[in-house]
Amino acid sequence: MWIDFLLILDATLRISVPFVFASMGGIFAERSGVIDFGLEGKMLGGAFVAATVAYWTQSAWWGLLGSIGIGIVFSMIHGYASITKRGNQVVSCVAINIFAMGLTVVLANAWFGMGGKTPQLPKEARFMPIKLPYAEEMRDLPIIGDIYYELISGHSILVYIAFVVVPVTAWIVFKSSFGLRLRATGENPLAVDTTGISVNKTRYQALLFNGILGGISGAYLSTAHLAFFVKDMSAGKGYIALAAMIVGKWRPYPAMFACLLFSFLFVIKDKPEVFDLLKGIVPVNILNSFLDMSPYILTVIFLAGFVGKAVAPKAIGQPFTKEK
Amino acid sequence: MTPGKMPKLAIELTGINKNFGNVCANKDVSLKVESGTIHGIIGENGAGKSTLMSILYGFYLADSGSISVQEKPTVIQSAHDAIEVGIGMVHQHFMLVDNFSVLENVVLGTETGFSLNKSLEASEYELHRLEKEYHLEVDINSVINTLPVGLQQRVEILKALYRGADILILDEPTGVLTPQEADHLFRILNELREQGKTVIFITHKLREIMAITDNVSVMRQGEMVAHLKTADTNREELAELMVGRKVLLRVDKVPAKPGKPVLTVEHLCFTDFSGVNRVKDVSFKVHSGEILGIAGVSGNGQSELLASITGIQPLQKGQLKISSETITPAMKADAADMRRFGMAHVPEDRQRMGLVTSFSANENSILGYHKDPAYNGLFEMDRDAILSTCKYGIEHYDVRPNNHNLRASLFSGGNQQKLVVARELERNPDLLVVGQPTRGVDIGAIEFIHRQIIAMRDTGKAVLLVSVELDEILSLSDRILVMFAGQIMGEVKASTANERDIGLLMAGIRKEDA
Repeated sequence: MWIDFLLILDATLRISVPFVFASMGGIFAERSGVIDFGLEGKMLGGAFVAATVAYWTQSAWWGLLGSIGIGIVFSMIHGYASITKRGNQVVSCVAINIFAMGLTVVLANAWFGMGGKTPQLPKEARFMPIKLPYAEEMRDLPIIGDIYYELISGHSILVYIAFVVVPVTAWIVFKSSFGLRLRATGENPLAVDTTGISVNKTRYQALLFNGILGGISGAYLSTAHLAFFVKDMSAGKGYIALAAMIVGKWRPYPAMFACLLFSFLFVIKDKPEVFDLLKGIVPVNILNSFLDMSPYILTVIFLAGFVGKAVAPKAIGQPFTKEK
Repeated sequence: MTPGKMPKLAIELTGINKNFGNVCANKDVSLKVESGTIHGIIGENGAGKSTLMSILYGFYLADSGSISVQEKPTVIQSAHDAIEVGIGMVHQHFMLVDNFSVLENVVLGTETGFSLNKSLEASEYELHRLEKEYHLEVDINSVINTLPVGLQQRVEILKALYRGADILILDEPTGVLTPQEADHLFRILNELREQGKTVIFITHKLREIMAITDNVSVMRQGEMVAHLKTADTNREELAELMVGRKVLLRVDKVPAKPGKPVLTVEHLCFTDFSGVNRVKDVSFKVHSGEILGIAGVSGNGQSELLASITGIQPLQKGQLKISSETITPAMKADAADMRRFGMAHVPEDRQRMGLVTSFSANENSILGYHKDPAYNGLFEMDRDAILSTCKYGIEHYDVRPNNHNLRASLFSGGNQQKLVVARELERNPDLLVVGQPTRGVDIGAIEFIHRQIIAMRDTGKAVLLVSVELDEILSLSDRILVMFAGQIMGEVKASTANERDIGLLMAGIRKEDA
C-alpha cells in the first residue's frame, strides 16, 4: 500500500513536468502583461522539433535545443503581433496554436511518411531515467530509502531541471531587478515608461523566457516521457498549464503545486482501485470525464473567487500605447 | 553649484508644434522658465498644457520646434532622456505601481545589478536623506494602495528627486488634494525652490497660480497667449487671457426659497464588488427650490452614492423617497424607473455614461427616453420628433457646431456636456441629479451650465450637485454636505461656508476634533 502510494506520487511527478515548465513560462509572459494562450502551440511545436532533431542528430540534447528554438520563434511571433503591432493577444495565441497543430503533422508526414508520427528514438537519443547515487544502497532504509529510491531517483534529467526551474523563476520574478520591472510592466506599464524603461523591451525579454520554457515542455513529451512525436501530442496540456498558473495566482510555487495537484488527479484516474472507490459515489459512465475536466473546474472555481480570489496582473492583455 | 554659476534659464522651448491627427494641440509654442523659480502654466482643459509638458518629458515627440535645458540645446525622445538632463515629472494620474512598496516604486528603473535586494538596500539610505532634506516624510515600506493620495504624490516627488531632477514638472497636482493637503504641497514646493530647484506648475485653477508661482504663462487653444510676472497680474486678467473674453468668476443668484423635500435619502449604504464599503449610512434631504452640494475629494464614495441614487447600481441598503414614491432595495429599481419617478441625471462621466459617442447628436438627444411614445411610431422610431427635440436642444443650449447629424465624439467637451444637460433639463424633472457638471468643460460653457442649473432651482426644482471642484460647490450650492470615506462628515450653510472649514471636513476632521 505504502509503495503503491509512492508509485502514484512518482507518476504524478513525471506527468507534471510539462505542466511545470509551461506554467513557469506562462508566468513570465503574463506577469509582463502579455496573455499566453499559446503555451499549447509551443509545447506541440517543441515536441515535434525535439523528436525530429533528436532523430536526425541521434542526440536528445540537440533535440532539446531545437525545441527551445521553436519555442522562442513562436513567442517572438506572438510578441511581434501583440507587442509591436499591438494586435489582439488572444487571437495571436489561437493563431499560433492552430499553426502548430497543422504544421507539425504536415512536416512529420512529409519527412517521415508515418501518418504524423516521427520514428521511434533509440535510447541514446532520449532522456533516459537517471539512477541517483546510493539509490541501491539506501533502498533498504525504512521510509527514507523507499522515498529516495522510488520517488526521487530514477527520473530523466528534465524532471530534475523542471523542479530547479521553479525556485529560479521565483527568484527572478520576486528577487531580481528584472523581476521588479517585469511585475511593474504587467501592473502599470505607463509607470514603467515614465521611469525611462522600455515597456516593449521588457515584454520581449519576458517572452524570451516564455519561449524557452514552452519549448522545453514539448521536448519532455517526445524525448523523455515517450520516444517519438505523434499528432496532437500535447492534447490540451498547454491549457492545463495555463489553468495551473491561474490557480497558482501567477506565483511560481503555488503554480507548481497546482500542476502537481492536476497531475495527481490524472494519475489516480487510471487506477482501478480509485475507480472502485468512487464508483459508489459518482456514476461510472461520467467518472472518467469528471476526472478529466477536474483541472478546468478547479480553475473556474478559483477564477470565480470561491477559494481565495485570483487577481491577474492589472495591465494583462492591454497593448502598450502612449497616444490617447 | 553656486547660484551665480547656474544658467539663468532652466528650460527654453521654441516654436513647438504638435498635432494629433487633425487636432492641433500645440501651435508654435515658446516658453522660457528661469532657474530657481516656480513657473505656472495656466489654461483651460484642452488648451495644450499637458501635451506641452509631455513633449518636454519625452512622452510625445513634437512635430517641430526645439528644446534647451540649462541653456544647452537638447533632444528629448523618451522619459529616459528627460531624466538624464534633470527633468522630473509628477503626473496628474500618478505613475505608481499600486501593489509595490514606496521603496520599490522609487527604485524601479534605477536598479543596478541583477539582485534586487542590493539595489533596495543601497537606495534606502539615499531616500531617507531626501525625505529629511525636503520634509517629504513617508514610510518607505508601506504599499502604495494603502497610502492616501497626498502621500502618494509625495512618493512621486521623491521619485523625481531620487533621479536627480533639478527641474520638476507638476501636472494639475492639486486635483486630488484637500485644500490643506494642497497647502502642504505648496510648502514643499517653496522648500524645493529655496534649495535651487526649478518647478513648473500646471493648473487650471487661478487661485493656485496666485498663491504659489513667480511667473505665469497662459495657454489658450494650443497657443501661448501671455507670459507675466505673477505679482503684476490678477485673477481677472488671467481668466480673461485664458478664455479670450471677459468672464464672471462669481455666479449671480438670488437666495434660495426651499420648499418641501423632493428627495429623501435614508441610511443608504453601498458595498462594491471587492467588498469595500464605499457608502456608509448616508442620509439627507433635498428640498424643492434648493441646490444641495456634496463636496469631497474624489474617490470618497460620491460616485457610488450617485450610482445608487440614480439606479445605475441597484440600491443595496437604505431607502429613497422621490416625491411621494418610496424606493426600497427589494424593488430593484433601475435608472429607467428613477427617470419615471421624476429624476433627471447628468452623469459624472459624459463619455462613458452620458452619451454614446459614436452615435449622432440626434440619437444622443433621446437616450434614456427612447421608449417614450412621443418618439415611437407603430414599427419604427419617429425621426421627425427626434430631430425636433435635438434641434430645440442645440439652439436653446447654444451647442456648437449647430449640426444635429454630427457624431457626439466630434463635439468638444463643453458642447458634449451641453447636449447631455439639454436632454436632461428639457424633460422638466422634479429632481435633477448632477455629477461633475463641468469636468473638462471650457470656462464659457461652465458659465452657461451653471446658469442653467440655477435656473432649474429658481423654477422650484430640487437639485443635487456632486462635484470635486470646491469652487463650483461654493458658488452654486445653498447647503453643502461634505463626504469623506463614504460618510457625511458634516453640513455647512453656503452663505457662511469657507474653504478652511470645508477643507478640514474633506480631510475627515470634524470641528470638535480639530
